[in-house]
Amino acid sequence: MERKKYFVFVGLLSLCAVTFLGGCSTILLFNPKGPIGESERFVIIAAIVLMLIVIIPVFIMAFWFPLKYRASNTKSTYMPKWVHSAKIDFFMWGVPIAIVTLLAILAWTRTYSLDPYKPIPSAHKPINIEVVCLDWKWLFIYPDQNIATVNQITFPVNVPVSFKITSDTVMASFFIPQLGSQIYAMAGMQTRLHLLADKPGTYAGQNQQFTGRGFADMHFKANAVSYEEFQSWVEKIRQSPEKLDLERYSKLAKPSVGYYPVTYFSSVKPDLFEYILRKFNPNLDKNFGPMSGGPDSKHAGSDVSEEN
Amino acid sequence: MRTTNASTTGIAHNEEIEHPNTVSIQIFGFWIYLMSDLIMFATLFATFVVLSNAYAGGPTGKELFDLPYLLGETLLLLFSSVAYGLVMLAVHDGQKKLVLIGLVVTLLLGLGFVSMEINEFRGMIAGGHGPDRSAFLSSFFTLVGTHGIHVAFGLIWMAVVIWQVAIKGLTSPVQSRLMRLSMFWHFLDIIWIGIFSIVYLMGVV
Amino acid sequence: MFGKLTLSAIPYDNPITMTAVAGAVFMAFVILGLITYYRKWTYLYNEWLTTLDHKRIGMMYVILALVMLLRGFADAILMRSQQAIAAGGSLGFLSPDHFNQIFSAHGSIMIIFMAMPFMVGLMNIVVPQQLGARDVAFPFMNSLSLWLTTAAALLVMVSLGYGEFSKAGWSGYAPLTEQQYSPGVGVDYWIWAFQIAGVSSTMTGINFLVTILKMRAPGMNPMRLPLFVWTTFFTMLLVVWAFPVLTVDLALLTLDRYLGMHFFTNTLGGNMMMYVNLFWTWGHPEVYIVILPAFGIFSEVVATFSGKRLFGYKSMVYATSVITILSFSVWLHHFFTMGASPNVNIFFGIATMLIAVPTGVKIFNWLFTMYRGRIKLATPMYWTLAFIVTFAVGGSAGVMMSIPPADYVLHNSLFLIAHFHNVLIPGSLFGFFAGFYYWFPKAIGFRLNEDWGKRAFWCWLIGFYLAFIPLYVLGFMGMPRRMAHYANPAWHPYLLVAALGAAVILLGIVFQGIQLLVSIKERHALRDPTGDPWGGRTLEWLTSSPPAIYNFPKIPVVDELDAFMDMKERGVAYLRPDQYDDIEMPKTSPHGFIIGALAFMFGFAMIWHVWWLAILAALGTLFTVIIRSMDDDIHYIIPAAEVERIENERYRQLGSIA
Repeated sequence: MERKKYFVFVGLLSLCAVTFLGGCSTILLFNPKGPIGESERFVIIAAIVLMLIVIIPVFIMAFWFPLKYRASNTKSTYMPKWVHSAKIDFFMWGVPIAIVTLLAILAWTRTYSLDPYKPIPSAHKPINIEVVCLDWKWLFIYPDQNIATVNQITFPVNVPVSFKITSDTVMASFFIPQLGSQIYAMAGMQTRLHLLADKPGTYAGQNQQFTGRGFADMHFKANAVSYEEFQSWVEKIRQSPEKLDLERYSKLAKPSVGYYPVTYFSSVKPDLFEYILRKFNPNLDKNFGPMSGGPDSKHAGSDVSEEN
Repeated sequence: MRTTNASTTGIAHNEEIEHPNTVSIQIFGFWIYLMSDLIMFATLFATFVVLSNAYAGGPTGKELFDLPYLLGETLLLLFSSVAYGLVMLAVHDGQKKLVLIGLVVTLLLGLGFVSMEINEFRGMIAGGHGPDRSAFLSSFFTLVGTHGIHVAFGLIWMAVVIWQVAIKGLTSPVQSRLMRLSMFWHFLDIIWIGIFSIVYLMGVV
Repeated sequence: MFGKLTLSAIPYDNPITMTAVAGAVFMAFVILGLITYYRKWTYLYNEWLTTLDHKRIGMMYVILALVMLLRGFADAILMRSQQAIAAGGSLGFLSPDHFNQIFSAHGSIMIIFMAMPFMVGLMNIVVPQQLGARDVAFPFMNSLSLWLTTAAALLVMVSLGYGEFSKAGWSGYAPLTEQQYSPGVGVDYWIWAFQIAGVSSTMTGINFLVTILKMRAPGMNPMRLPLFVWTTFFTMLLVVWAFPVLTVDLALLTLDRYLGMHFFTNTLGGNMMMYVNLFWTWGHPEVYIVILPAFGIFSEVVATFSGKRLFGYKSMVYATSVITILSFSVWLHHFFTMGASPNVNIFFGIATMLIAVPTGVKIFNWLFTMYRGRIKLATPMYWTLAFIVTFAVGGSAGVMMSIPPADYVLHNSLFLIAHFHNVLIPGSLFGFFAGFYYWFPKAIGFRLNEDWGKRAFWCWLIGFYLAFIPLYVLGFMGMPRRMAHYANPAWHPYLLVAALGAAVILLGIVFQGIQLLVSIKERHALRDPTGDPWGGRTLEWLTSSPPAIYNFPKIPVVDELDAFMDMKERGVAYLRPDQYDDIEMPKTSPHGFIIGALAFMFGFAMIWHVWWLAILAALGTLFTVIIRSMDDDIHYIIPAAEVERIENERYRQLGSIA
């Protein structure tokens, strides 16, 4: 019995290892390219391992009991009135409680350390990117560089990226799987996300929250490059003939069909991001508005003045 | 009835069980209905509280609410509840005529309440402060209006019961309905007190 | 005059939809034709449409659930086929608009029109009998609930051939469901179907709470209630507490759409986050609403087929009550990624994890019920064992997602889809199947063919794993849910396997159909003359199969948990009373059916803005309710002699086997 259990355990564990941890590069969440994603991978693996402590005995009992106590096996013990055992009760309640306690500790610490609103400590000044969800594409504004792009972002490797996110349409979710955490984009509100890539590369980004007809086409590329390459990328965009003024923006914001091609804007109307927020929420700089009574007013609050 | 001990045959011979008390079951069921209705109102109250500052540049409660008018409205509803209380006493004594008079008085007071509320709403909408003006006003009209619709349904119910008392007399099913309507009416009173304090008083303060 | 009604609302240009509509209309004509040919209209009207008998109502609920299961599963097949094809540059055979309707309909149907009616149907058939009662507390309201649910289901079916269904997902997140972003009638179909079904569910909740609290046989203390009754009780508490929140949430959305209000709009102070909060305040308890009754069924099945009392009965009851209460404190885990503070997220995360403790305890209780038993592996037991193993995996995936940082990367991915199908299919549907096979002889009078049942089971189980394990991997690969097409070629092979899984499940459903036909053919060999085909432990097995209209000629007295087993052990289960009494039963009533028809009219008129028809239907409903309330003569008497005749027949049958 003991040996069988041992083999099943080792077998399952190695199966998990091969499937999930192995080098298969398409399993994005197990190939994180930054500290946030790495930490989230750790949480997932730790949770799987902890829960195997319950799953494996359940599997064994679910196969072994019906086999051993099948009606045709008259040699096995039969105790039709046996309904209680303090020892079993102890383990039955104790083991899940112990595991949930461990998981709760893990969750507690990581929820605080992986809070998407928490800036990533770094010697470098973060790159600021303002993200606007449109029907059905992503607009990225670089306020410090005064440039904007559609469906593509580039940022230096090993430099924290600080995202401010909103929507000019329905609720969406901004997500780059290999870098970690996603966060919702909501009209008239600003959410925050901090990510960092520690390996250069091109990573897929996408909308994770269904937004209607063109939802499937809302994907973009996130390029993590060296600082020099980032500089020359910015220069390249500054050469673009397109400028993002209000007129161009309202054209861009109209619903589009199919994947919207990558577009560069050499300049942006100042405070366009705040303009988009105020379209829905003119009282933004005051402390009331749609968020004031929400479940999470402090955190998800769209108080721009606090940020600036 | 000549028979062996009930518990050994596994069969009951209890008349109470063969004919379960219909009225008590109905009233118990109505309590559970009121519980679910209370949750509905609680949700509407929560919605109102969340949106109570979302004026979106529109008028605030302070600018819209006329407390003396509302006090009149409130008194109508409270007196209708008192009248209904007297109806139940008359039901207890089996005085059909008094029951009818009391019900008609309750009905008229309730009608007065509903008319005053409709008038209040009409004034607001005419002044351009309808429910589509801001989220605050949406939640105000919806919370207060849901209560108003409940009262209106209570009035329809009351009219039917008046008719039933008149033609059937105070039979057991009619009494059961009177009892449940009484619970409903007092329940709406309690909800109104909540509305009056949370929506109007706190809105004006 | 006719609101938004136009002929162009029929989707002529869509061959897939039109084929489905033609098939449905054809089937309806065949059924109506057969009824006419065999002159069964009077029978149908007197014995089914107007019946207040809880067993018949339960059977109609189950039939509705099975029909809607087919519809919901057809949607699933279409989705799996689309995603198996629409890889790389291909857009597949469904336009995004069509695909979006299909997944919205699939979710709505499977939860509201498959799981809920299936559950309520089984409860209706079984709970009064388990309590030793003759009917539910409010038989008329029971019939009303049935016809309202049917009307709502019919609205969903009509949306297929006239207009469109919602394209915004079964959860209908605002502001996507607002007039500005979804101007069509699809969202309105969704709203009114949910709203009418929701009212029906609330009434069912009240009905069953009162039944359980007030209609128990003498001696049936709380701690002697069968576990299915306990889980029904907690389920119905959840229904009565949670459904009003859904009603309000949908009503506010309706006001936004119809009267231009601003509850959840982007502008003028609307708060879309409130929609999401309210939706999941109902939505999370709803998950337990469809799972807890299945837990009850598993408890009955595992005890019966192990020939043993349920292990840890009391801890089962306590665990269920803990789940009931906790289920209201976890709704925020559906949107950890909305930007709430870590304080909020971790509160809801840990509350969610806590649910794993009572659920784990239940799993171990079922396992230890088998321990030292004498296990007969009949079909209901197969579903139970498959549930235990599969649910352990799905539940663990859920616990993992309750850790906010894990959810930050898994949220709204196919991992989530895999997780909730992995809890809802074994945890709810497998349970209802187990109950279906377990109680089928009780309701109909003969057992179902075991061989075909096992074949169907294996197809379902293997198909399930083929369909959903790849979705876990796809979640780790970062694939979002609800994609009409996708560019990433790495996802394709997994989606092919998932499509294969759906095909294997289809085979399972076909086998279940064959099983029904074969069993009807072999009904004489499969007959259950005793009323107790499995060696049952609870009171429903005391009655004949199918039970007499009054269930029990004499109300039984309960001395023990597992009352019927106790009676059998003491040899008093089949003792005849000296004398029978008159029995009072509710008369049939057409008003439930009429109100159902009016509710359908009302919903349809509201969807298409035909205001006069809506007002007419509403007034008609009010009028029907008043008419019904005027009638105080709602019972009839079955004379003692008639009871004796029926019971003599029953004992003759029992004697012929002995």
